[in-house]
Amino acid sequence: MRIAHAMIEVSNVSHRYGAHEVLKAVNLRIGERRVGIIGANGSGKSTFARLLNGLLIPDEGSVTVDGIDTREDVKAVRRRVGFVFQNPDNQIVFPIVEEDVAFGLRNLKLPKDEVARRVDAVLERYRLERLRDHATHLLSGGEKQMLAISAVLVMEPRYVVLDEPMTLLDLRNKKLVLEIIRGIEQPVVLVTHDLDHLRDFDRIVVFDEGGVMADGPPETAIREYVRAMA
Amino acid sequence: MLSLYVPGDSIVHRLPAGPKLLALFAASTALFAVSGIPIHAAELLAVAGLFRAARLPWRDTLHQLRPALIFLVPIFLFHAFVTDWRLGIETVLRILVLLLLAVLVTLTTKLSDMIDVLERALRPLRHVGVNPSKAGMMLSMVIRFIPLMTREAREILEAQRARGLDRSALALLVPLLIKTLKMAGDLSDAIEARGYDPETVAPVWRRWG
Repeated sequence: MRIAHAMIEVSNVSHRYGAHEVLKAVNLRIGERRVGIIGANGSGKSTFARLLNGLLIPDEGSVTVDGIDTREDVKAVRRRVGFVFQNPDNQIVFPIVEEDVAFGLRNLKLPKDEVARRVDAVLERYRLERLRDHATHLLSGGEKQMLAISAVLVMEPRYVVLDEPMTLLDLRNKKLVLEIIRGIEQPVVLVTHDLDHLRDFDRIVVFDEGGVMADGPPETAIREYVRAMA
Repeated sequence: MLSLYVPGDSIVHRLPAGPKLLALFAASTALFAVSGIPIHAAELLAVAGLFRAARLPWRDTLHQLRPALIFLVPIFLFHAFVTDWRLGIETVLRILVLLLLAVLVTLTTKLSDMIDVLERALRPLRHVGVNPSKAGMMLSMVIRFIPLMTREAREILEAQRARGLDRSALALLVPLLIKTLKMAGDLSDAIEARGYDPETVAPVWRRWG
């Protein structure tokens, strides 16, 4: 399902860490509901994901979200693009579940009753209600990742980018988190190594050595990726 | 160990954090203004009554007290042998009452409420450049990350033991420092991604305040 105009546009983007160029003149328009990003370790896919919500500003080229350039108004971009990290321990800021979910909403300067309403709704929806008062460091790996995703979704971003959110999880929690990702209403960009999770996606982009190696529907893009990795 | 709050709806839980902290401060000062074994024993009974009113599980209370209790024995023995055993009992009772009161406040007060009190207390210092919001955020993050750092240190020690290294401060500190810096970088990214602005927003959110 392709949306008429691209909402996230990556134009001629290059980025380097020191002398190492991790992305080389990448051009992509993302307008689909479900986009998977795959590639070998060090291929540039996580760097690409970080560019989408302005965590990184490209050395060359531009990234725009709904026409807003990350270089010009990074705060507006971050409000639009929610970002879930691989390791929830590095994403959870507050020691109590409820406080962590509310953190992003406080940053949006919403009134207290609105914050309370949204926190209640998201805790109930993602089955965290019983853990509301719990210490975040005592949660299981799966619960932590659910909290991290909830804390992003409570802000109601227009797009959600997830950078390998299931890598550290066991099979049961992977399934649970995947179910949550499938239920996200917003357009999703998912960086992953698990090809099975992408079978029902609209589009797969394969990164290799800082560039796009393949781009298309899952069956063709995954086939090319598997062939290249063989 | 940290984030010790035990959820509940007792009268002690419902008391606001400010008065509770103020009462703790006043009680700890008053404890040193009075003396006598019967007085401190009565105080201990009163504190036990407060614990009963708070309906706290004894296991959580003992868990909090255990590390401190170890120090009470040598304190008593010191007084018994060097000064007077009665003074030993009085000192131990005094410390015990103080510890129990602190544990009571900690177990019945949310961290966010305590940080909120801290932020309000620091507000007058804005004029001398103190940002209460940043101070509250720092305290919260310290409390959030101490368990993580402890876990990281344990994992490093285990990995080293598995490779035959018994104990080496340097071999622990270097990887721990590297991991901490990496964690700090990731956390800074996460906070930015969630739109934090220290100049305009207090980090702690309270439902009823």
